[in-house]
Amino acid sequence: MENRLVVSSSPHLHSGVSTREIMLDVLIALSPAAVASVLLFGWRAAAVILVCVASCMASEYLSAIVLKRPQTVGDLSAVVTGVLLAFNLPATIPFWQAAIGSVAAIVVVKQMFGGIGHNFVNPALIGRIVMMASFPSDMNNWVTPLQGRMVDGLASATPLESMAQGEMAYSYQQLLVGIRPGSLGETCIIALLLGGAYLVVRRVISPAIPLVYIGTVFILTWIAGENPLIHVLSGGLVLGAVFMATDYATSPINTAGKVVYAIGCGLLTVLIRIYGSLAEGVSFAIVIMNVLVPLIERATRPLPFGEERRFAIWQKK
Amino acid sequence: MLEGNGINIMSVLKRIFKSNAGVRAPHYKNTAESETLVMPPPERVIISMQQHIGAPCIPTVKVGDIVEVGQVVGDSDKPVSAPIHSGVSGKVAAITELVLPGGVKTSAVVIQTDGEQRVYQEIKPPAVENYQDFLKAVRSSGLVGLGGAGFPTHIKLNPPNPEAIDTLIINAAECEPYITADYRECIENTGDILDGIQAVMKYLNISKAIIGVERNKPAAISKLSKAAAEVSEPGREVAVKVLPSRYPQGAEKVLIYSCTGRMVPPGKLPSDVGCIVMNVTSVSFLAKYLRTGMPLVDKRLTVDGSAVKEPKNVRVIVGTPVHDVLEFCGGVKSEVRKLIMGGPMMGLAMMDDQLPVLKQNNAILAFAEEDVLPGGQSACIRCGRCVRACPMNLLPPSIEAALKIKDTEKMAKLGVMNCMECGCCSFSCPASRKLVQSMRLAKGELRKAQAAKKA
Repeated sequence: MENRLVVSSSPHLHSGVSTREIMLDVLIALSPAAVASVLLFGWRAAAVILVCVASCMASEYLSAIVLKRPQTVGDLSAVVTGVLLAFNLPATIPFWQAAIGSVAAIVVVKQMFGGIGHNFVNPALIGRIVMMASFPSDMNNWVTPLQGRMVDGLASATPLESMAQGEMAYSYQQLLVGIRPGSLGETCIIALLLGGAYLVVRRVISPAIPLVYIGTVFILTWIAGENPLIHVLSGGLVLGAVFMATDYATSPINTAGKVVYAIGCGLLTVLIRIYGSLAEGVSFAIVIMNVLVPLIERATRPLPFGEERRFAIWQKK
Repeated sequence: MLEGNGINIMSVLKRIFKSNAGVRAPHYKNTAESETLVMPPPERVIISMQQHIGAPCIPTVKVGDIVEVGQVVGDSDKPVSAPIHSGVSGKVAAITELVLPGGVKTSAVVIQTDGEQRVYQEIKPPAVENYQDFLKAVRSSGLVGLGGAGFPTHIKLNPPNPEAIDTLIINAAECEPYITADYRECIENTGDILDGIQAVMKYLNISKAIIGVERNKPAAISKLSKAAAEVSEPGREVAVKVLPSRYPQGAEKVLIYSCTGRMVPPGKLPSDVGCIVMNVTSVSFLAKYLRTGMPLVDKRLTVDGSAVKEPKNVRVIVGTPVHDVLEFCGGVKSEVRKLIMGGPMMGLAMMDDQLPVLKQNNAILAFAEEDVLPGGQSACIRCGRCVRACPMNLLPPSIEAALKIKDTEKMAKLGVMNCMECGCCSFSCPASRKLVQSMRLAKGELRKAQAAKKA
């Protein structure tokens, strides 16, 4: 018999889970919110999502060629970035601006730092922040949903903006369903939570970050004397906590680190919302905590099995 | 000793947040109902002189010698070693060199069998009066850890602190996919298992024995529980512990933790937490040896895999070439592209089907093209699946990064030496990174650096 035996290192079995499958799961989890955005903001929401996805994929494809890297556009991570960036934009955003944000996210933040897994901040959030700095008026052109003609829609204040001025314009029901001005993917809380539940059930994300992040915001705003429910249900908190703060590359890998990181995200979000000049602080809070991830991981490194932490409260003798 | 009567907060938290250490590997226990068939002696056997952890044996026979079943053909004067016996009667045809799976080079005794299977005249039940006799008998039986590691049993049963050992743990978890050899031992030789346990408990003066079995083997659990209840008596208690079916349940440290709640600290041995762990087939063999005096010359193997025509459990004489074993199982139905000695998670890929069966082998798996994992890997996406899966709480990606820059200090700090190469990290990696391979390389680098430091 001709010997064609493959000799390789154990294990010789694999779970079958691939990067592409994980990204596909994230896209499935994002789809309820995508559908909701089209229902709430009309066809233009779909168009913005398409523009962002297409320009993210093109950026990924071309940069891999220019940088002479293995082609990674097939792993669908660029699609996820595109959808997430679109979710962070007002439905009225000019398409060319959305495309610039996408290029910044993929080329500058992701590919220039080594591609998938190597970006040190969330690409979609940096895309959004670049656009906020470059096109502030277009990025704040919020419209009230369910008006039909979006481009000419009535410009209005987001719930956080109106709350900062001491008014409360929306009911809890409206906030849950998403009938309020805001970024196109952030408003429908029910759809986002549905997606989050799917990710937890599929074990794509651990529930630690979303729960601790949202919990921290709830408790801190309550202590600060604000309405914690409004804080949780408005702005980009749920979108950020479920889909942005849980980004693998930019969140701690171990559970203890995830908890510390999520508390930090919550604290910064509340500080910016209450004391900052911006009404919303989720993007900046997550990006700042992204940068701190290596330090958090170093401080919370798990001990090998059988080793006791020196400060163990109850040590077996 | 070690009877913690308080609550350790860290370990409680660990249980809540990391109840999922290990992976849900598929079971594929296709041969569970296949009763063991005895394979007749092959034309010739190749007896490796390295069938255990420790010093290799030196052949004690020459070319042309006539040997019989149970006769010693290799032994060593080093403490950590175990004698090797012939399982056939016949004539020594050659003393050759062999490269075992994993790359170890060793000499081997090749015996041309005469088919008569004459038993060596000196085979008789050993006279055992006390602990020392018992250890001597265990050594001359040639017994090594039959779970796969091959650690000489007479060393294991002679811990530095025998008085501190209070628990004997019998490993019947058999968490590796495909393998059912230990399961068949539980079903077919229940009595021997209990006899062996009682012998070890008696000579080492151990008061409690726990047989750990995974939940997916209900028939073994009920049979063992019944037998254990019959022999249990105050001061010599034997219990069956049902374990979750989660790989690697049978890994020594994991098993001790599941059975007793004790954690073996890094770099320490089971005896440091008062335990001795023995494989179920090892302990059963021990009883047989004490009864008959026939040393370890054959072994039950699970033969399975997509390329095997008739997967089954076979009792094979140690030294039988793998090719002959596959032929006995009806041959192969498609080209074998991967041949594994042991289970698919920790087994070694073989480069040649003429290699012989070793004492500590428990499976031969032959896979067709479609079951060979593709090579190649993509970038780590830091999803943390490996970290969640690692039963030793290690951080494989950090160790991989330390290996890349050869930072041995960092590797040591990350505890790479705790890695037992169970394969959970590579199994669960969506980027198909060769993490186990990196762990092995990192351990090698660290050992090299530590040796250089000493010199």
